[in-house]
Amino acid sequence: MSHSLQHVKVGDRLPPLTLAAVDRTTLARFGCASGDLNPIHIDVDFARKAGMPDVFAHGMLSMAWLGRLLTQWVPQSRLRSFGVRFQGITHLGHVITCKGQVTEIVEVNGERCARVEVATVNQYGQVKIVGDALIAIAIG
Amino acid sequence: MIDKKWIGHELAATTMTLERGRLCAFARTIGETDPLYTDLAAAQGAGLCDVLVPPTFLFGAELDAGTVDSMLADLEIPIAKILHGEQSFTYHKPVCAGETVTVKSRIADIFDKKNGALEFLVKTSQVHNDKNELVAELRTVLVVRN
Repeated sequence: MSHSLQHVKVGDRLPPLTLAAVDRTTLARFGCASGDLNPIHIDVDFARKAGMPDVFAHGMLSMAWLGRLLTQWVPQSRLRSFGVRFQGITHLGHVITCKGQVTEIVEVNGERCARVEVATVNQYGQVKIVGDALIAIAIG
Repeated sequence: MIDKKWIGHELAATTMTLERGRLCAFARTIGETDPLYTDLAAAQGAGLCDVLVPPTFLFGAELDAGTVDSMLADLEIPIAKILHGEQSFTYHKPVCAGETVTVKSRIADIFDKKNGALEFLVKTSQVHNDKNELVAELRTVLVVRN
């Protein structure tokens, strides 16, 4: 995989990643596995008292999916930084697709890096998370 | 309103051993299909010491240990009011299952918008491995809906 990274150029798109619709089971499992047991993601009574119509997905679940988008494209050892802004809530039933595109080739700390803009979008075209990652494409 | 006296406050250090079973459970939960995250033999076959730690996993260390709950209690922020605004990671060294990491965080900033209707808490963290090498840095922005 990494042999082709030398040829990465601005405009290249990462193979997208589409997930199964968000359901309560996934949120319960992710809460336990990630350590984020905020009841707003797993307890509908708590969510309603907090003024939400229902439980909703952890932002970090979507960020973890974006992490998969990146590491299915390059080995994780190439990942230098990864940051996102959570713009909208991902609700039950949303089918999320993770997308990424190379927007810049830059030199950072002596390494040639690709800046990749990433986003999650639901089945209605609503963007939920945007961010970017810096990936080393040639070392030294 | 959150008292601004907390800016600069350092949270208690959090230590977490990166257990293989926990990492595999995390990977399965996010639908990971790459065996480097779930299969020791595959990881070792690829020259890794153990299964990989997914890029966002370390965020959970302070949640798991209750460090974040303590911070919210100290700052008198009800958990029902918070949303995750931003999250970033900078990676310095790879970490593997079996290692023990220590997370140290400080409250870097507190500010508000819309006349206090929204407050923002910025937390920055450093993660060191058991050789005291810096492996990752995290920056978290929590939004409090008042």
